[in-house]
Order: sequence, then structure tokens, then C-alpha cells
Amino acid sequence: MKSLREEFLRTNKLPHIWCPGCGNGIVTAALVRAIGKVGFEQKDVAVVSGIGCSSRAAGYLNFNTLHTTHGRALAFATGLKLAQPGLKVFVVMGDGDATAIGGNHFIHAARRNIDLNAIIINNHIYGMTGGQHSPLTPEGKKATTAPEGTLEREFNILELAVSAGATYGARGTAAQPRLLEKLIVGASQNEGFSVVEAMSTCPVSYGRRNRLGSAVDMLKDIKQRSVSVEKLETKAETTRPRRDIAEEGAEEEGETHDKQEEVIPVGVIFSRPAPEFVERYYRGLNKEKEGKEGKEEKEGQVES
Amino acid sequence: MKYRKPQLLQGNEACVEGALDAGVRFFAGYPITPSTEIAEGMARKLPRVGGVFIQMEDEIAGMAAVIGAAVGGKKSLTATSGPGFSLKQENIGYAAIAEIPCVIVNVQRFGPSTGIPTAPAQGEVMQARWGTHGDRPIIALSPSSVYETYYLTTAAVNFSQKFRTPVILLLDEVVGHMREKVSLPASGRLMVEKQNYSDIKEYKPFDERKLPPLVPFGEGVYYHITGLVHDEHGFPTRHPEVVVRFMERLHRKINHHRKEIIMTDYTGHVEPKVCIITYGCTVRSARAALQKAYLQKRWPVSLLNLQTLWPFPAEEVKRLADRCDYLLVPEMNMGQIVGEVEKYAHGKAEVLGINRYDGDMITPGQIFQHIEGCFS
Ligand SMILES: Cc1ncc(C[n+]2csc(CCOP(=O)(O)OP(=O)(O)O)c2C)c(N)n1
Ligand code: SF4
Ligand SMILES: [Mg+2]
Repeated sequence: MKSLREEFLRTNKLPHIWCPGCGNGIVTAALVRAIGKVGFEQKDVAVVSGIGCSSRAAGYLNFNTLHTTHGRALAFATGLKLAQPGLKVFVVMGDGDATAIGGNHFIHAARRNIDLNAIIINNHIYGMTGGQHSPLTPEGKKATTAPEGTLEREFNILELAVSAGATYGARGTAAQPRLLEKLIVGASQNEGFSVVEAMSTCPVSYGRRNRLGSAVDMLKDIKQRSVSVEKLETKAETTRPRRDIAEEGAEEEGETHDKQEEVIPVGVIFSRPAPEFVERYYRGLNKEKEGKEGKEEKEGQVES
Repeated sequence: MKYRKPQLLQGNEACVEGALDAGVRFFAGYPITPSTEIAEGMARKLPRVGGVFIQMEDEIAGMAAVIGAAVGGKKSLTATSGPGFSLKQENIGYAAIAEIPCVIVNVQRFGPSTGIPTAPAQGEVMQARWGTHGDRPIIALSPSSVYETYYLTTAAVNFSQKFRTPVILLLDEVVGHMREKVSLPASGRLMVEKQNYSDIKEYKPFDERKLPPLVPFGEGVYYHITGLVHDEHGFPTRHPEVVVRFMERLHRKINHHRKEIIMTDYTGHVEPKVCIITYGCTVRSARAALQKAYLQKRWPVSLLNLQTLWPFPAEEVKRLADRCDYLLVPEMNMGQIVGEVEKYAHGKAEVLGINRYDGDMITPGQIFQHIEGCFS
């Protein structure tokens, strides 16, 4: 099966800048295959990204691509989508980009339920700047700015998204690219704010410092810990803190992992359609236009 | 030219009218006094012309959304005041390097920080020029009346389109909130920059020789936009030769059009001994002082109203410095544009700043006193 559409890639811009073993390439390829699969026309697709290693993906994709400022990609994308409602907009962000500096834009995009597809490449670290902790660095893990392990608790991106109002949320991993592709297809089909958290690897700035082994070891570990949400007891549980689920999941599955190591629930975590913002805006606009036409004429009276 | 019936309008309302007449169809912003009337006017009027208004979660998002909408082909504008202007700076720089047309209105209030909400001041002249990091040119205009606000808003929109650059419109609390009777041109009577996307096949969004309009996303022309230094197709580069060409082009596109961009309004004696050089609401006090000194006392005095602040009207100031003994520069700050005047006067005339920084306007009397001093 060849679903990677070459025309969607800027092959002359390759090789990419990512380190060997980086998960960004796997996620980017899944995104390209997903866009091919849903059958969007090339000209209707726009990719917006922030700043970080992951956000460099935009430059390799042969669509209209907008590489913006750190944390602000969703705000740029909001303007773009409102201006060109026909566009299918994918917003590629890093974990720091989306949930630290861009956290405010993230919850408000979710609240509006604007039809954007947020692809968050979660490598648990600030990759580009060399390994500082992010709001997605698991408690206790080391970073250059948390040499003894971070005391801060991490976000659960999808819990954040669901409580802020997003209408589709899924978690995939770089270790299961086909599943990830399927989840991105699901996001593209949802009319509203969709979030796909793509668990990924940064062997250079995260793995090495936390003794997680090679890139392959890291991917293997992610794969082992991944549990399909369908296998977990009820859907409601998947939006609870991962640590709880990890404990239960480990018991149920008879996992051998240390209790510290969490299972990663993967699959569609929530899907709950609701009216979409841009569509509602334009529908209101047409009504307003009809209503105001008479009034406008009066105001427009001219004198020489 | 046809005109609308005379209306009593605020500067902020005139800004809304100017923006709509110039074709602005997208506004994103965050409320802050004394600029909020612009957002409110846009919220009411944009939907009637099929435009989009959105109140964002903060000013950073407002600036980002405006750039996003411009990339989608809409003429876009945002409005804010001091603290919000600071928040917008990073993305203003993005618009500058990515060459995205947009207009940022900053209705100046007393700062720094929350300062005196919301007393008037003219404290952001230098922030307009240098507020965002890095070396790039900027266009900034500053109106002194309600009517000037209207037409400088249209000029700001037109410049932003023609030169593909962010343009800053510096209002101040006085001009923004002041009401004056104005007759605005009838809709559709203005010169408005038109987009023309010919030769799309050979399209280079960042062409080194010409400045093509941005083909909106969604038209089937694939290119990359980034805040990284880039080549003609928009792709990042650190090749020193390309970087140098890029930086020079960014400056050249503004500097080579200074004649078109620089707007000033000169009144008073043709061979002045004293010239007042000022901008924004301070022009009003200067005009009253001029009235007394020139029309009543018959002293050789004149006034240069700087409608364009950046690029700075250097030639105009040089010429005046050659002819005058004194250049008086009143401004509601502790001295900002006066430094530019000194630079271009180059010691040929004595440059005197007149400053007020207590949250009130400079009075005609204060300026007149200084004029009197020059003649005694
Ligand atoms: C306003 C601003 N602050 C800080 C930076 C520096 N910076 C660049 S990327 C980055 C973090 C990237 O981490 P993440 O979003 O997780 O992306 P990754 O590189 O891991 O893919 C930071 C802090 C910046 N470019 N802009
Ligand atoms: S630093 Fe990490 S995230 Fe960045 S390219 Fe290298 S491996 Fe990937
Ligand atoms: Mg990261």
C-alpha cells in the first residue's frame, strides 16, 4: 500500500534537519498519509506551525505552509481559517509550544471549537533549545533546567482539551504510525477543534539524560506501554489522570512495568460533536447582511 | 468628489470608517482603553460588509490572527493601547520579516506599564520604530485631527498593501476620543490599493526584484512563510549573500519610497526664523500658538505637522534647519522625536524640546512662551 503522496512533500528540501532517531519524521509522514487518505485537495490544505524542532515539519510539506512564532500557531491559524473558511488547516506544534507559551491559545481554540486540527508532537521536552523541561515532562524526569528531576506535575493534554471544549481528542504514538495516521484522519473528519497528541521521541535532549536508551529502545518502550482505549474499562477513565489509569491498567493487563511507568492510553479518547465556530460565524453573517441591507442604504446617503 | 453628510465623529470612530473604506475586512483584538471604540465599531460594522471581527484571548493572539487573516487574503487591522502594543511587538516583527500587510493602531496613553489610565501621552514614538527586536524599517503615521485620522487610516492600509509591511498608526488619547464635525468621502470614492495576481506561474512570494502581492493561501500556489530569514520562495537560509540581499531589500522597499510615504503639513511663514515641529494632538496646541505668533504678532514662525513619523521626514527637517534659527519640538513625553530633529538639523539651527509629562496636554501658552523667548 503506497499512500504517501510524493507531491505532498517538498523532496528538494530534504534531508531534514532532525537528529537521527527523532520521532518528528515519523509523525510528519503519518500526517502526510492521513491527508492523502481523507482525500483533501492539495490546494485546500494549509499547515501552520509554531517554533521548535517539531514545527519545522511545515517546511517539508508541499502545501501552503505558515511557520509562525513560538506558541502562537493556533492564533495565526484562527485568523487564517476565519479569512479562508474553505481551508483545511493542520497546526503542528511541540509540547512546549502548544501547552506552555501557547497554552492560552490552546484552551481558547478549544473553547471556540474552531475547525482546526492540532497535531501536538509530545516528546516531553524542549528539543530545539537543548532539553529544558516542558509542561509535558513527567514529574521526576530530568532536564537541563531540572537536573535532579522536575518537581512539577505534567499536563494531560487531552484532559485539558476536553474540558476546554475540544470536540475530538486522540492519542497516538510514533511507535504505531498506522494508528497515528488513522487518528489524524479522524481529526480531519471532525468539524471542530481536534487534538491529536502524538507521543514521540527526542533521544538527544530527553532520552539520553533520562537513560532511556537508544531511539529504538525509546520507541519500543512507548509501544509496550501503549494500551488501546477500547481495552481500558470505560471511556470515562481515559480522561482521568494517567497515573491512576496506569495503576489500574497495569493490574488488569498484568503488566510488568514499574508502577512509576504509566500506560499510554492510545486511540480516540473523546469525540463529541458540537457546532463549529467559523461555520456559525458565516451563517450569522449572511443573516445580518440580509437584515441590515435596508438600514445601510440610509446611512450611505451622500452629498456632493 | 462626493461626500457623506457631515457627522460628529470621534477619532477612534473615524479610524473605523477609514479602515472600512480602505477595504479592511478583518479585525482581531483585545479591549483596552482608550482604543476600545475601534474594536466596538468594527464589531458592529464589519459583519454588515461581510467582514470578520473576532475578540481574541489577548493582544498577542490579536496580532497573530490579523497576520493569519492577511495570509488568507483579507485586509486586516488591529487596535490597542500601550500595554497591548507591548504584547504585540514580537508578532509585528514577524509581519515585517515575513512581509505580511497589516495595520496596527496604537492609541497612546500614559506609560510605562499601566501608567495613568488613561491620561494622554505620546510615549510610543520610539517603540513604534524600535519596539520589536531586530533591524527592520517600519512605517508609522500619526494624525492630529479626526479627519486626519480618517485619511491616515486609509493611507496606512494602502501602504501596508503596497509595501507588504506592518504599518503603525499612532493615535493618542486626545485624538482618539475627541469629537469633530467631518464630511467623509462617500464610500467607494477612495484610492484603494488593488491586488493583482498575474503571472502566478513564475510566482516568487519574496521576489528580489519586485514586490508582488501575496497570493492568498488556498489559491493553489504553494509556498512557505516563515519568520526565519528566507530566500525568494520563503525557505530558510543562512547563506550570507542571500541574507545580505534579504536585509537590504527589506530596508530598500521602504527607503526608496520615502517621497511617497512621507507626509507632512506645513503652515505659516515661508522664510521662518522659528519652526515648530510636532505631531498628533500636540499639533493642535502648536497651531493655536502659531496663530498668535504669526497672524497676530506677525513674527516669522511656522509649523511642520509630521503626519508620517517613520520613516522620519529627514529632508524636510534639513531644509528647515538651513533656514531657521530655532526648531521647537513640543511632545508629550520626555523627548523622543526631538532626537531625530537634532540629528538632521546637524547643528544648523538650535533645537529646543518642549515637554510635558504629567498626563495633560501641552498648552498653546507653553509653546507661545518658547516662541517669544526666541524673539527676545
Ligand atoms: C518567544 C520565544 N521564547 C523562546 C524561544 C526559544 N525556543 C525555541 S523552541 C523552544 C521550545 C521548543 O519545545 P517544543 O515546543 O516542545 O518543541 P520541540 O523542539 O521539542 O519539538 C523554545 C523555548 C523562542 N523561539 N521564542
Ligand atoms: S533535538 Fe530532539 S526533537 Fe529536536 S530534532 Fe533532535 S531528536 Fe528531534
Ligand atoms: Mg518538545
